[in-house]
Amino acid sequence: MDPTLFLTQILVPALWQGLIVTVELVALTAPFGLLLGIGIALGRQYGGKGLSSACAGYIIFFKGCPLILLLFMLYFGLPSIGITLPAFTAAVLGFILCNAAYNSEYIRGAILSIKDGQITAAQALGMTRWQTIESIVLPQAIRRAVPGLSNEFIYLIKYSSLAYMITVIELSGEAKIVATKYFMYSEAFLAVGIVYLALVTLTTYAVHLLEKKTAIPGMSQ
Amino acid sequence: MNIFQILIEWGPYLLGGAAITLGLVASALAIGFIFGLPLALGQVYGSAPIRAIIAAYVWFFRGLPILVLLFLFYFGIFPVIGIDLPAFFVGALVLGMRGAAYQSQIFRGAIQSIPQGQMTAALSLGMTPWMAIKSIILPQSLRLSLPGWSNEYPEILTDSAVCYAIGVVELLTRTSQVVSQTYMTMPVYMAAAVMFILLNYAGMWLIQRVEQKIAIPGFGIKAV
Repeated sequence: MDPTLFLTQILVPALWQGLIVTVELVALTAPFGLLLGIGIALGRQYGGKGLSSACAGYIIFFKGCPLILLLFMLYFGLPSIGITLPAFTAAVLGFILCNAAYNSEYIRGAILSIKDGQITAAQALGMTRWQTIESIVLPQAIRRAVPGLSNEFIYLIKYSSLAYMITVIELSGEAKIVATKYFMYSEAFLAVGIVYLALVTLTTYAVHLLEKKTAIPGMSQ
Repeated sequence: MNIFQILIEWGPYLLGGAAITLGLVASALAIGFIFGLPLALGQVYGSAPIRAIIAAYVWFFRGLPILVLLFLFYFGIFPVIGIDLPAFFVGALVLGMRGAAYQSQIFRGAIQSIPQGQMTAALSLGMTPWMAIKSIILPQSLRLSLPGWSNEYPEILTDSAVCYAIGVVELLTRTSQVVSQTYMTMPVYMAAAVMFILLNYAGMWLIQRVEQKIAIPGFGIKAV
């Protein structure tokens, strides 16, 4: 087959389709992964004994269990106990659960870096516990966690490729299909590699801008 | 059959898979170390073209998902250049080459954290640059890099499961085989998850022991 034709007629349209699915996966995961991550970090840090150890258990499980195994559980395992999820939903759910576990560790680290005196001062001003967390601790902690969180976001772009293993045809899935059909393995995977590199490089750049934007002058990291 | 019977019957098979996973991870870590350290040295002490090549290598391997890297090398590059390796070795090599990219950055940070004056002092004592690197810089920076390096282990452990996709018969592959034999889906997956988590903890415990063992009193091992 003519290489130009292969590229313009087959490879690029396929990768474009895949790119849309990958972006959907990432865009649906990131906000919920962040929210759940904040929740788990708060539960771990400020929750009672039960909640705190439940959150610790969550982190141990979802950080220790390989994501691909987690996706298998959600997609192939859950139907055996009567819950059947569409592949795309299972993938997003798995990504959220995993993403939140890592995010919570960054946020908790940032919470620990806020000086105790600030909490005492807030209490001395008559703030409730929740007010202190919400308006004193979290706004600073989340800013400090931005480098870690953005790193995790870049990881998310890369591990979204695992959705292919439970039949969600995203970027790497499209590449695999084209590669197998036309027997163009190196070409297809190098092309999809370039797309991932572009995604990751652009995101890294965007994240740098975000980090500068969210930085507070004088509040050193 | 209940889950206990299945675990008694298939447990040894799964444990064998865990051993293969451990072998895969150990090989990948070793390959990553062997290539990562020279990459770090090249990036600190090398000439401009060498530094640019290494930076490109790191950019490439850190920017691609492990699944795409495995597909690219297993189905694409290795067959094209005539390397015909069993899936296990391809998995270990790809995990290792990517690990080298990550490890090189850990070592680079540690090397650069040694004050420049030490290098100058070593040179003024008549040491060659290589002697200074070998006996002054590396013994310190390798110790300093251990906390960062220990993060490599859980990452490679969880990523090693992706080698399932190119047909490496490791823990996840064996788990899937047991699932299709017994139809006990969830319990078998959970058993595998527990094994992965235990492997994670066992490895981290071992690394911590090494860290304590090689610590020099007064020379603080701190995160780089």
